[in-house]
Amino acid sequence: MSISLTGVVYTHPNGMRALSDINLSIKADEQVAIIGSSGAGKTTLLKLLATSLLSSSGDLQLLQHNPAQLSARALRQLRSRIGLIHQSPPLPPRQRVVTAVLAGRLGQWSLARACLSLCYPSDIEGARAELSRLDLAEKLFERCDQVSGGQQQRIGIARVLYQKPDIMLADEPVSAMDPVLAEHTLSILGSIARERGVPLIASLHAVELALKHFPRVIGLRAGEILFDKRADAISQQDLDALYLNTGLDDTADQYAAAANNSLRSRCL
Amino acid sequence: MPVTATRAHWHDPAATPRALLTLALLLVLWPGLQLTEFRPQILFNAQNREVMGRFLAGFWPPDTSAEFLLMLGRATLETLAMATAGLALALLLAIPLSLIATRTLSISALFSGRPSRTGRLLRYPVRFVLIVLRSIPEIVWALLFVRAVGLGPTAGVLAIAITYSGMLGKVYAEIYESVDPQPARALLQSGSSRLAAFLYGVLPNAAQELTSYTLYRWECAVRASVIMGFVGAGGLGQMIDLSMRMFAGGEVVSILLTFLLLVLLADQISQQLRKRLA
Repeated sequence: MSISLTGVVYTHPNGMRALSDINLSIKADEQVAIIGSSGAGKTTLLKLLATSLLSSSGDLQLLQHNPAQLSARALRQLRSRIGLIHQSPPLPPRQRVVTAVLAGRLGQWSLARACLSLCYPSDIEGARAELSRLDLAEKLFERCDQVSGGQQQRIGIARVLYQKPDIMLADEPVSAMDPVLAEHTLSILGSIARERGVPLIASLHAVELALKHFPRVIGLRAGEILFDKRADAISQQDLDALYLNTGLDDTADQYAAAANNSLRSRCL
Repeated sequence: MPVTATRAHWHDPAATPRALLTLALLLVLWPGLQLTEFRPQILFNAQNREVMGRFLAGFWPPDTSAEFLLMLGRATLETLAMATAGLALALLLAIPLSLIATRTLSISALFSGRPSRTGRLLRYPVRFVLIVLRSIPEIVWALLFVRAVGLGPTAGVLAIAITYSGMLGKVYAEIYESVDPQPARALLQSGSSRLAAFLYGVLPNAAQELTSYTLYRWECAVRASVIMGFVGAGGLGQMIDLSMRMFAGGEVVSILLTFLLLVLLADQISQQLRKRLA
């Protein structure tokens, strides 16, 4: 079992409960989409899985480790085995694409190798291979601020692919891409995860993308799992229940979104 | 309908506080001028005009005799060497200190949003060391070192190294904190070490700012080494001191023109490097 959560609760420092009683287990060969309205707790759940937040209570096991019980060193090692694709790719604008991709393995490299690689990229071929899977090989030596938002998002994906993690997480990985590219990118991500035998967990706004590209879909609502089913077993009623009132109850939704934003700026 | 909409004129609510703040600043300036006995009109009374006129008249033309230019060249090189060596030594101390002092690379901040207690306890003493290093003016250090290591540029190099490591360390740490922290945090979050996260996440964004500040400091170090020359640390400063004592105005002007060239040079280098790093 790659990931298992038992009774996991997360409460923000300001006392707002973002996740309550999450029970979940994900095997290495699974691709899971997390859907739900904004503020439902998707990002918080991904942050728990990425060990950038610690659960308030409950048991969280990642690759047979509980991040809360690990020493700083062991936690670093665990983190280097988990790849998180960010919604807004965290790339320094002046960095070259090749360096940005190679940075994926900093957790595994020695400091000496990291320094040398800044002088001359130590694995150009490796970076090119991952970029070419995302049709970006020709951008290898360009600067990150010279490519479009969708391309930056794919560079962020290439970095995580280069990291070769044992768990792949993705927070809205295709939000800056047009529909065709989004479909294409998600299918590539899925096939790479299958090929490497690592679990892929992605949060998505677009329900149809989730249903189409992920065999298993988890619906989050107000910090709880509303459903956790095979994609082909999800009915319209499930989706209606998931997004019930979210359009009408504007104030609650805005409040939740604001809370989510403040969390993002504080924690990541 | 909101009540305010019925009012005849819209009024900027920030206007009154701003006006009061400006007034307050001007009021604070006044005692400053009084304390420094700032009375510019003295410059223009007849007697002073004549004295200054005579002093300045001796300044032209600049001294261009071969013998003097040779000495000037040597002194310029000595000044440049003093500034450069001092700054290089300062960097050796400033870079590690700034890396410890900055909050950007806190791994514990990943979890809670703020650095852990141990991290903060380590950072404060380092910040204090940086304050101590830069709070004593380089001229004081120079006076001290001239007594310790004797007359000559060595004293200047040591004085610049100590004072400037404090300034550079403080500003470097602030520059790291001013750039977008996301790239470094993402790297820390995927298991990278702090130093690697700094090199790959902070440095690319901060390089331009760091270079231009360092070069500006180099320019300041050139000027500082001139001033320290007055207390016997060699270079252009010692030369200008001697020339002034001998009332050799032409020599003074030649030396001042050399300063101008040096600052222009520093400015050009800074601009070129900034362009390359932009």
